[in-house]
Amino acid sequence: MYQMRLPPWLVLLLPAFVILLAVVAIPLVLSLYSSFTAFQLTRPETITRWIGTFNYGKAMGDANFWAAFGRAVLLLTLALNLEMLLGLGLAVMVAKVTLGQRLLRTMMMFPMMFSPILVGFQFKFIFNDNVGLLNNALQSLGLTDVAIPWLVDGNLAFLAIVAAEVWTSTSVFAILILAGIFAIPQDPVEAARVDGCTPWQTFRYVTLPFLMPFIYIAMAIRSLDVARAYDIVQVMTAGGPARRTELLWTLIGRTGYVDARMGYANAMGYIAILLSIVFTVYFFRKLTTARTSLGMGD
Amino acid sequence: MAEVVLRDVVKTYGALPVVHAINLDIAHGEFVVLVGPSGCGKSTTLRMIAGLEDISGGEVRIGDRMVNDLPPRDRNISMVFQNYALYPHMTVRENLGFSLHIAKRSKPEIAKAVAEAADILSLTPLLDRKPGQLSGGQRQRVAMGRAIVRHPDVFLFDEPLSNLDAKLRTQMRVEIKRLHQKVGTTIIYVTHDQVEAMTLADRIVIMRDGHIVQIGTPLEVFERPVNSFVATFIGSPPMNLMPATVTGGALRLADGTALPLPPGLSAHEGQAVQFGVRADNIMPEGHSLPPTAHMAHVDMPVTLTEPLGTETLLFGTLAGTEVQAKMLNPRPVRTGEVLRFGIALDKCHLFDAETGASLRV
Ligand SMILES: Nc1ncnc2c1ncn2[C@@H]1O[C@H](COP(=O)(O)OP(=O)(O)O)[C@@H](O)[C@H]1O
Ligand SMILES: [Mg+2]
Repeated sequence: MYQMRLPPWLVLLLPAFVILLAVVAIPLVLSLYSSFTAFQLTRPETITRWIGTFNYGKAMGDANFWAAFGRAVLLLTLALNLEMLLGLGLAVMVAKVTLGQRLLRTMMMFPMMFSPILVGFQFKFIFNDNVGLLNNALQSLGLTDVAIPWLVDGNLAFLAIVAAEVWTSTSVFAILILAGIFAIPQDPVEAARVDGCTPWQTFRYVTLPFLMPFIYIAMAIRSLDVARAYDIVQVMTAGGPARRTELLWTLIGRTGYVDARMGYANAMGYIAILLSIVFTVYFFRKLTTARTSLGMGD
Repeated sequence: MAEVVLRDVVKTYGALPVVHAINLDIAHGEFVVLVGPSGCGKSTTLRMIAGLEDISGGEVRIGDRMVNDLPPRDRNISMVFQNYALYPHMTVRENLGFSLHIAKRSKPEIAKAVAEAADILSLTPLLDRKPGQLSGGQRQRVAMGRAIVRHPDVFLFDEPLSNLDAKLRTQMRVEIKRLHQKVGTTIIYVTHDQVEAMTLADRIVIMRDGHIVQIGTPLEVFERPVNSFVATFIGSPPMNLMPATVTGGALRLADGTALPLPPGLSAHEGQAVQFGVRADNIMPEGHSLPPTAHMAHVDMPVTLTEPLGTETLLFGTLAGTEVQAKMLNPRPVRTGEVLRFGIALDKCHLFDAETGASLRV
């Protein structure tokens, strides 16, 4: 009987292909396809109703979507810059510590070890206007006697979310920058001191350029992270009040699963992914430039 | 424009002393070389002068100022490091001008100083390159240029040539000497290479285990080493040392060979000594310098030859010790050939066998 013989390399690779197909390719194609249909989760037959680029056009004209998009960019900008500054400061200080540095480094990682959902709950409690830690502390210290509506006022709520993000992830910057500090060659730093630099000038002109590649790596990692922010926001404000903290993925999640308009949600999702891609490409470009300028490229 | 004075300068790392109360007076405009084997504390000393290491004890003065507690930027020194220590993210031009930029000099002033330094060191065509695009020798020149643009009071060099190949090292050595002649600034130069020390220095400071062993001009330390360490460290090939005893007014080598006592040396009867003779002072007859008043003669079989062109190094064994001798106007020599060697006794040395101290009076 004729038996088909596959070449061994194909046989060996086949399981990997099958798994990749099942978990990546098919969902990707399916979701992309559904973004061109009027697919509603509650009416499965709608997945065959092809409506072309209608969903994309709708998203483009949707003020709520663009508001969420803008807020996501704002969150990225605020959170990344704050985390960078705090992480840089933290790393510089920890690098100076000689006794117990290991312990400090480990402690620095603690915020990353908590589930974002729990961080969300914790910060929701901290910022609660009645029983929250923050208002209690402010009132006890006599700094204010009104209950500041942290999560009720749209702008304050947004800042509260920034605070939670920064708290969880500053250590990403701190750890990477610390690694950078340990990797800095001492010679140029000493040359700078002899060349007349104050400690600040040494940091500014010599240390910092050496740290930039590490900062950009942290930025790239964190930009992906923040661009898909969902859990903390969902727990703390669920996008409220009145959409004032709505981000891309809370909006997309609600559209897809609450409103059941999955086709539309997928279309917005694909536009949102562009944001992540743009930021990642941007930071990798910067990384390459920084490395090349240090003669580390190619 | 300044002299540098070290008074009882001590460096300890924790409880470990690495520099022991050294004293050194360096005159304005002098070229002083600190030389010694690896780990003897040369860099540490230099870095204390630079302000890159704390001074554990004693006093460092530059000009008329005590600088112990001044940061490097206030000492008006510049330093050339072994690994060049260029700023990799800056162009050659920016590297050269950096210290002036920090000192807030005007742009045209910086440009002029950079152009001048670049000209002295032939760096002009490289000004827009980054250090990563330069060869080792070019980087070294940039490092030197960076040091000279500031017109400091003192130049500090820490083994600046040790990463270069032999040919470039010789070339740069000459450039450094020329630079010193041109700018006339005080230079303190650290090296483990005695040839560099001999060729560059006005005065050599020989260090060992954190102590200064001898200070002197190149000729002084070459001709009058204070102990057997200096004798073997300075000069190439190193001075031959043979164990001997002083008996009956003569020098008796380990195998019983008797030589007259070299003149100008004080050794008492029965003293165990090391007899020191440089290759230049033990030469085969007919291939030697004109004989001096105090000659001794020995027969020695040749075990190995190293022809160097104008002269040949001969290896032989005398009284159980390997000895290197020099042959002028060389002719081919077979291994095993026994030659008669003349020893110029008045150029020879005796060192106490125990302390190594020179017995020259
Ligand atoms: N940071 C340090 N901690 C402890 N010991 C050190 C340190 N730096 C140098 N040493 C020791 O000090 C001695 C002198 O070092 P160094 O001045 O660098 O020697 P050299 O430049 O003459 O080769 C060496 O034995 C070295 O091990
Ligand atoms: Mg050294």
